Amino acid sequence: MLQALHTAAGPRTLDVRLTLLPGELLALSGPSGAGKTTLLRLLAGLDRPAGGFIRAAGHTWYDAARRHWLPPQQRPLGYVFQDYALFPNMTVRENLAFAAAGQPQAARLIADLLESLELTELAARRPAVLSGGQQQRVALARALARRPRLLLLDEPLSALDLPTRQRLQQVLAEVHRQFELTTILISHDPAEIARLADRVLELELGQVRRLGAPASAPAPLLGRVVAVLPDGRLRVQLAGAATVEIAAPANRAVTIGEELRFELVG
Amino acid sequence: MPPDYWQTLRLTLALAACTTALLLVLGLPLAYALAYGRSRFKPLVEAVVSLPLVLPPTVIGFYLLVAFSDSSALGRFLIEKLGVSLNFTFPGILVGSLVYSLPFMVQPLQAGFGQVPRSLREAAYTLGKSRLTTLWRVLLPNMRPALLNGLVLTFAHTLGEFGVVLMIGGSLPGTTRVASIAIYDEVQSLHYAQANAYALTLLSVAFVILVALYWLTRRDALRRS
Repeated sequence: MLQALHTAAGPRTLDVRLTLLPGELLALSGPSGAGKTTLLRLLAGLDRPAGGFIRAAGHTWYDAARRHWLPPQQRPLGYVFQDYALFPNMTVRENLAFAAAGQPQAARLIADLLESLELTELAARRPAVLSGGQQQRVALARALARRPRLLLLDEPLSALDLPTRQRLQQVLAEVHRQFELTTILISHDPAEIARLADRVLELELGQVRRLGAPASAPAPLLGRVVAVLPDGRLRVQLAGAATVEIAAPANRAVTIGEELRFELVG
Repeated sequence: MPPDYWQTLRLTLALAACTTALLLVLGLPLAYALAYGRSRFKPLVEAVVSLPLVLPPTVIGFYLLVAFSDSSALGRFLIEKLGVSLNFTFPGILVGSLVYSLPFMVQPLQAGFGQVPRSLREAAYTLGKSRLTTLWRVLLPNMRPALLNGLVLTFAHTLGEFGVVLMIGGSLPGTTRVASIAIYDEVQSLHYAQANAYALTLLSVAFVILVALYWLTRRDALRRS
């Protein structure tokens, strides 16, 4: 649905030509300063490109040649900010209601979103008292309350601890499928990208370095079991002297001295 | 108690209330434009808004007096075309107060707008909300301390104004003679007890207002933490 973008931002030139496929989940990765957030902001209409064009589903959002620019209010998208940007003066439910105002069957939509993102019990609370993971779910629910076609996520999971992050990756994947969204996700985590994304766009200094399938999951590590810990976990010695603690395989018993292939998660 | 104590006090409070209400309406769009605008004339406008902070009130009063009189084009227009004579009237000292207290409203509001995280404003835009809706539902509720500061400082500052009112309004009881001018008049006539009645009133009102401001600001901060 997005056809192309060609733009200049700041002292460097962010130059991206990209066609998004409807329904795909694209990961954006690259070092900081590569232009990932800028790209999302240009798509959302929060910044104005210096040239080129943006088209979406037959509508022109931006066209430098025709001096056409659609303000963010008129672009049917959802944006999840890195700092979540929840409105502190509103409860969780009010944040969603503010976003859903004017939608058909808004009350039903809000109830559904609260339910599916496990926020029903937090609906009357204000954002300040929520944990990072909870705030992230509210930010996601609020972005969906406008029934967007395109969902833009600016490092939504980077500030969260590993278990929360993994659970929310699942939530993201479900939401992407259930709401039939086209999604762009900024992420630095190769495991996360491998798990969620159909394609990955690697940016460096404003230029596309690679666009294609995400790198496959990291190759499994090989190590020797040196101890079975009282809680059932294993201590494994890697090549060299370093040891790591990992969960024991669920389907069989392990003996000390055995060689084991395993993956480090996260 | 001085003979026209209540009349003077009513006039003083009316001037402060009208100034505060009008400056809120005028100051909000001005502060919004200064906080978010990128015009290259911004420093110029900021300087004009801040001038009353550094100028002697008599300078502002003098130029307004001249501007309102029939020796200036503006004054002639007001008097001949609109039939409005501002010198030595309540509307006249109200206009003077608006100019004099402008920075006390605009500066806190401008700082307040600046302190609301940019992402909140942008989140509202990506949710399809207009600038006006965003101002009303997102910005203003999240800058309540700044709003309160602007309102209270403008009100208190207008209560204490002297030079501007004296230049434009003179000292006409019931029309332009506010408490601060009454104090001066009473002292000139060696009525120290009467002067003290006005002075003590102003002191108490100002103190109560400031205590209320700081108490409300603290309560707001505690509620948010």
